[in-house]
Amino acid sequence: MEKILQVKDLELSFNTYGGEVKAIRGVNFDLYKGETLAIVGESGSGKSVTTKSIMRLLPEESAEFKSGEILFGGRDLTKLSDKEMQKIRGKDISMIFQDPMTSLNPTMPVGRQITEPILKHQNINKDEAKKLAIDLLRLVGMPKPELRMKQYPHQFSGGQRQRIVIAIALACNPQILIADEPTTALDVTIQAQILELMKDLQKKIDTSIIFITHDLGVVANVADRVAVMYGGKIVEIGTVDEIFYNPQHPYTWGLLSSMPSMDAEDAKLYAIPGTPPDLLNPPKGDAFALRSEYAMKIDMEQSPPFFKVSDTHMAATWLLHPEAPAVEPPEMVIERMKKFPGSRYYEGSAN
Amino acid sequence: MAEKLLEIKNLKQHFNVGKANEVKAVDGISFDIYKGETLGLVGESGCGKSTTGRSIIRLYDATDGEVLYEGESVHGKKNKKDLKKFNRKMQMIFQDPYASLNQRMKVMDIIAEGIDIHGLAKDASDRKRMVYDLLETVGLNKEHANRYPHEFSGGQRQRLGIARALAVDPDFIIADEPISALDVSIQAQVVNLLKELQEEKGLTYLFIAHDLSMVKYISDRIGVMYFGKLVELAPADELYENPMHPYTQSLLSAIPLPDPNYERNRTRKAYDPAVHNYADGEDVRMREVSPNHFVDCSEKEFAEIQEHLAAKK
Repeated sequence: MEKILQVKDLELSFNTYGGEVKAIRGVNFDLYKGETLAIVGESGSGKSVTTKSIMRLLPEESAEFKSGEILFGGRDLTKLSDKEMQKIRGKDISMIFQDPMTSLNPTMPVGRQITEPILKHQNINKDEAKKLAIDLLRLVGMPKPELRMKQYPHQFSGGQRQRIVIAIALACNPQILIADEPTTALDVTIQAQILELMKDLQKKIDTSIIFITHDLGVVANVADRVAVMYGGKIVEIGTVDEIFYNPQHPYTWGLLSSMPSMDAEDAKLYAIPGTPPDLLNPPKGDAFALRSEYAMKIDMEQSPPFFKVSDTHMAATWLLHPEAPAVEPPEMVIERMKKFPGSRYYEGSAN
Repeated sequence: MAEKLLEIKNLKQHFNVGKANEVKAVDGISFDIYKGETLGLVGESGCGKSTTGRSIIRLYDATDGEVLYEGESVHGKKNKKDLKKFNRKMQMIFQDPYASLNQRMKVMDIIAEGIDIHGLAKDASDRKRMVYDLLETVGLNKEHANRYPHEFSGGQRQRLGIARALAVDPDFIIADEPISALDVSIQAQVVNLLKELQEEKGLTYLFIAHDLSMVKYISDRIGVMYFGKLVELAPADELYENPMHPYTQSLLSAIPLPDPNYERNRTRKAYDPAVHNYADGEDVRMREVSPNHFVDCSEKEFAEIQEHLAAKK
C-alpha cells in the first residue's frame, strides 16, 4: 500500500514558564492511502498535539520541533515556511474540529465559508465555486442546499453544523483529513449519522483519515488501524482487530477493561489507578509503569522499545521481551483474546 | 416492592410561558424513584433530562405537576426552615467539574459550605475533621483541603463535587452527567466511587447521562426521554434486551461498542415520530407492557406489543 504520510521520530516541546513540557517524545507512524487511522489516548497523551503539528497549527512562539520529520509528498512539513504551509492546509490536508460551533464563523453565511477554501486553492470563479459548494452541501446530506447557503451557523443544529464543517474540509478533495474528536460534542444518534457520512465520503473521494478520539466504541466503528498514545508516545499500534482482540500493552488492557460492556454483569469496573504523567518531568522508564500492576524493575529505568507482534502490530512494553515473565492480562482482555486467531488464548472460530 | 422515596406526578416545566418562543422542556412526565435504587435517565440533548433533574431539586419552579419526597411536596409553599431541611436531603452533582466549583474558594470552604449553612459542625475543629473525612471518603487526602480547584485534575474535581454533595449527609443525589467531561480511564474511577458510596450509605441516585453503556452499568432502572416526554421506563436489563418504543430501539442501535466485529455488522435504526400515525385525540400514555416495563403507546400499539411479547415466549 502507498504511504501518504510518514511521521518519523517526532519530538516536540512546549516552552512554558514552568519549564519545557515534552508533549511528544518520539512518535513514529505511517498513514496509508485510503485508510482510517485512529489515535486514542487520554487528555494530555499528545494525540491532538501530534495532528496539530502535522497541520502546523501550534503556536510558533512556544511549540518547538526538537527532532524528527513529517514527510508528505516528498517534503518535510516541519521545515516548510508559513506560505508554503498555507498552500497545503485546507487543500491537501484539512481538519475537522470537535466543536462545530467554534470552528465556524458566526458572522458569515455558511455558503461563503464553504467557497472560501475553494476560491483560495482552486483556479475557478465565484459562480462555479458557489455551484461546487451547493454540491458539497448536498453531498453531506443537507436538504435544500441552495437556501441553506445563505444562512448563518446559528440557524443549524449541532449535527448539521458538523456536516458543514465536513463540507468545508472536503471542498478541495484533500488527500488527508484529520478529524479531532469530530463527534464528541454530538448525541449518539447524530454521532452515528456523522460517522456513516464520513465513511461514505471516504469511499467516494479516497481520502486518508486520521481520527482522534477517546471513545473506543467509535474507534471500533471507523478505524482500519489504531495507534494508542500515552505520555507523549505511541505505546501500541496495529489493525483494529489486533488492538481490540489481541492487545499487548498494559495501558491498552486498562483502556479496554474500563469500558463497561453491554453484557457485563455487576462486577466492579476496572479503573486505571492514578493520574497521567507530568510531561514537565517525564518519567525515566515506561511512562505507564507507575499506574501499572504489571510494571517490572526495568520499567522504572529504561523506556521500552517497540516489540513486533505481527507485521502490522507493534507494542512498546517490556512484557514482550523474550526474558520477561509471562503475565495474565485482566479477565476482560482474555475474553477478547479468545476471539483472535493467533493469540495465546484463542478458542477456535469466533462466530 | 421497595419503598417509594420520590414520586414525580405529571411534572411540567415550560419556559417563556405565553410567548411565541414557549418551550415545553418537560411536558408531563410521571415516575417513581425507590429507596436505594439508581434510576438512569437518558435521551439526546434538549430532550429535557437535565431540566427534569433540576425541577425535581427545585432549581426551577415547576409549571405544573407535583414532586413528592417521602410523601411531601417539594414545590409546595414552604417556609425557609422547611426548605432548608429539605435541601439537606437532596443534593446534586454537576457535569462540568470546572464550572461547578468556585475558583476563588479553597477546597476546605467549598466542601464545608453546606456544613456551615446547616450548622452541622460544633466548632472549627469539628468542621475541619468533617471535611478531612469527606476528602478521604472520595479518595483524596487531607492535604488537599488547603488547595484551590485549579490545582486538581478533572477526575479529582469531580471527586470534590461528590464530597461537597455528601457533606450534608443527603439521602438522594441527582447526578447530572457526572462523568461526561472525564477521560475514559477516569470515568471508571468515578463510577466505582459512586457505586461504593451507594452501598455504604444507602444512597438513592437519579443518574442523568447520554452514555448508554455507563448508564446500563450503574442503573437499576432506566427511563428514556424524547422531546420532554418519557417514552419508556424499564429495569436496565429488560430495556436493553426488549426495547419496545421505536425511539429506544433507535437509540440503542446507535451506541458504538468497543467491538470491531459487532460494529461491522451493526444495522442502525432511525426513528421517525411519524411511524406512530396517531389519530387526533388518541389516548397515548405510559402503559405497563410487562411487569415494571412501561411504554408510551396507544391502545392499538399496546395490543401489538402484547402480541409481540406473547410470540416471543
